[in-house]
Amino acid sequence: MTALRIALVGSPNCGKTALFNLLTGSRQKVANYAGVTVERKEGHYTAPSGRHVQVLDLPGAYSFDAASPDEAITRDVCHGRFAGEARPDLLVCVADATNLRLHLRFVLEVRRLGQPMVLALNMMDSARRRGIAIDTQKLSQRLGIPVVETIAVRRGGAEALVARLDAELPAVARVTVDVNEPEDALHAEVRALLADAVVFPPPTHSLDDSIDRWALHPVWGVAVLAVVMFLIFQAVFSWAAPMQDGIEAGFAATGEWLAATMADGPLRSLLVDGVIAGVGGVLVFLPQILILFAFILVLEESGYLPRAAFLLDRMMFKAGLTGRSFIPLLSSYACAIPGIMATRSIQDPRDRLATILVAPLTTCSARLPVYALLIGAFIPDRAVGWFNLQGIVLFALYAFGIVSVMAVAFVMKRFRRDQGEHALLLELPAYRLPNARDVAIGLYERAAIFLRRVGGIILTLTVLMWFLSTFPGPPPDATLPAIEYSLAGRLGHALHVIFEPIGFNWQICIALVPGLAAREVAVSALATVYALSGGDAAATELGQIIALQWSLPTALSLLAWYVFAPQCLSTLAVIRRETNSWRNVAIAAGYLFALAYLASFLTYRIALALT
Amino acid sequence: MRLSQLPKGTAAWVVGVETVDAADPIARRLRDLGFVRGEPVRILATGPFGGDPLLVHVVDTRFALRRSEAARVTVTLDALASAPAAAPADAKVDAFAAGVVP
Repeated sequence: MTALRIALVGSPNCGKTALFNLLTGSRQKVANYAGVTVERKEGHYTAPSGRHVQVLDLPGAYSFDAASPDEAITRDVCHGRFAGEARPDLLVCVADATNLRLHLRFVLEVRRLGQPMVLALNMMDSARRRGIAIDTQKLSQRLGIPVVETIAVRRGGAEALVARLDAELPAVARVTVDVNEPEDALHAEVRALLADAVVFPPPTHSLDDSIDRWALHPVWGVAVLAVVMFLIFQAVFSWAAPMQDGIEAGFAATGEWLAATMADGPLRSLLVDGVIAGVGGVLVFLPQILILFAFILVLEESGYLPRAAFLLDRMMFKAGLTGRSFIPLLSSYACAIPGIMATRSIQDPRDRLATILVAPLTTCSARLPVYALLIGAFIPDRAVGWFNLQGIVLFALYAFGIVSVMAVAFVMKRFRRDQGEHALLLELPAYRLPNARDVAIGLYERAAIFLRRVGGIILTLTVLMWFLSTFPGPPPDATLPAIEYSLAGRLGHALHVIFEPIGFNWQICIALVPGLAAREVAVSALATVYALSGGDAAATELGQIIALQWSLPTALSLLAWYVFAPQCLSTLAVIRRETNSWRNVAIAAGYLFALAYLASFLTYRIALALT
Repeated sequence: MRLSQLPKGTAAWVVGVETVDAADPIARRLRDLGFVRGEPVRILATGPFGGDPLLVHVVDTRFALRRSEAARVTVTLDALASAPAAAPADAKVDAFAAGVVP
């Protein structure tokens, strides 16, 4: 028996993905559709008859009149005209039984394709609880297609669907379309269908309305959002830290063990400083990614995420972004990598790209070691009124980051080619309790995507950076630190010409090269340049050395540089992956470099003039 | 009257969606989402900053619309003026009665 290929289609929030998870469990594969960054989810299961069933979870769509790339893919696959994607044997149209008015219209649109299809009325349990009585037999008769009931969040909730799919393919419903039909003909048809097959309860005030009265309140709603944001921020920042320290310590110990057991030589150096450091450098992001996405998935599943977007849309829109940009940007404070990955919740490609491009401006946690080093060494630890001067400087650096996000987004809004109006038009679905299985599957997918698609690039770059910093090795009579003789050292000296006008000495320039792998590496690289051994003591010692050897304008200039810090290759790698375009990588790297250089130049010159 | 001018909490009915130019995808999408003649609408909440966006309850669903999007929808406070043939006769009792199909 040949495999049956089915595709799940339906409007957003119909519970389609939960149904997909229920059908296929962990037998899923997530990739992108060819040439676009829309996620393609495919899974499979074996039917009771032993037949192999391949399931494609198409992006949610309100209409075939596509308003986003997601919807265009759903339309094209259903029409059988998406290159590289065979037309499914059967379409399973999923509709939320509690929101039939909206979802049936799309069902009717799908029916007009004239393909074998089944209607799955999902969330039948909620519909019954609300007293919505649906005569499925009558609905099936009127539509001319099989109708089955499903409860995607319950074990065995898809049995009727599985059984129907195991039977022979349903006949195609005959639909004649009047070419002169009025615009709202489908709506009229929906009304007639509902009048015939569904009995609604008398209207009551729903629980959702009561929750929304608080959650969307101009004062309390914002307060609730602030608490939620604070929790996420705390979690991503501090809960992840012990896990990250553990991963770092684990890899450091492995490296030491290997260094102790292997003979000295380039192979040992490659394994310890290149491969192990690289794998550790990839895995160290994982705790933040998992914690952040656990929050995002729960917020999305519960229906709160669109509400947060509602509350913040005005503010973000003024700056040229959208309400949905907020959570990705907030997460970028921990690290731009999970932040940029989180922009997948923004459907509009223009808004998504704008968010991705400004995300590296947020003050990610990797900049903190650099800030801490420079502030500790150059800013006097003295009280200013109630505050501490060092604290004020750190705060100013964070504030500068926020201002630059808004300013850059605003400038991009003014100068981008597409000046058209992009709609918010956001559905605020009913509140739901998040389903543990769906959250777990979602988390697993995020982690897999990060490790598979971004991890490889980061690992490669780390090994490349190791190569640059190691070869050629120092001559036998070397007096200077080994890094001086390497390609990175020479590159640093060559770069000095470019960075001299902004006050960087050649030691900083050398540290910038390995610092490309990750921003915080610049600190240890500086320690290497100043021939210090590793460890915590080195950072303190380094602070003392640079406090003596650097001028204040140089230190301030480097601080300003790190506000923009264009030199994070991992961020550029994730931008490449998420936008599928080198051009966007070049734009991001280019404007960040220009801004960093300009800010450092001004800081250095002004500081020189004042001191 | 435009939906963007409708006071919060007032029951109204959709008259139609106006297009701002020939191919106005936002207007088309509004129609697809249920902003069609005769459907009941009500504004449930407004955004905390500058009263934008609007939370609009149309038919059985809540949508967040920016004011510029809501301005495309014309509404009337008089149910009978725009009620479609299939609409229930008691539609004007309560905007939420939209869900009731006798």
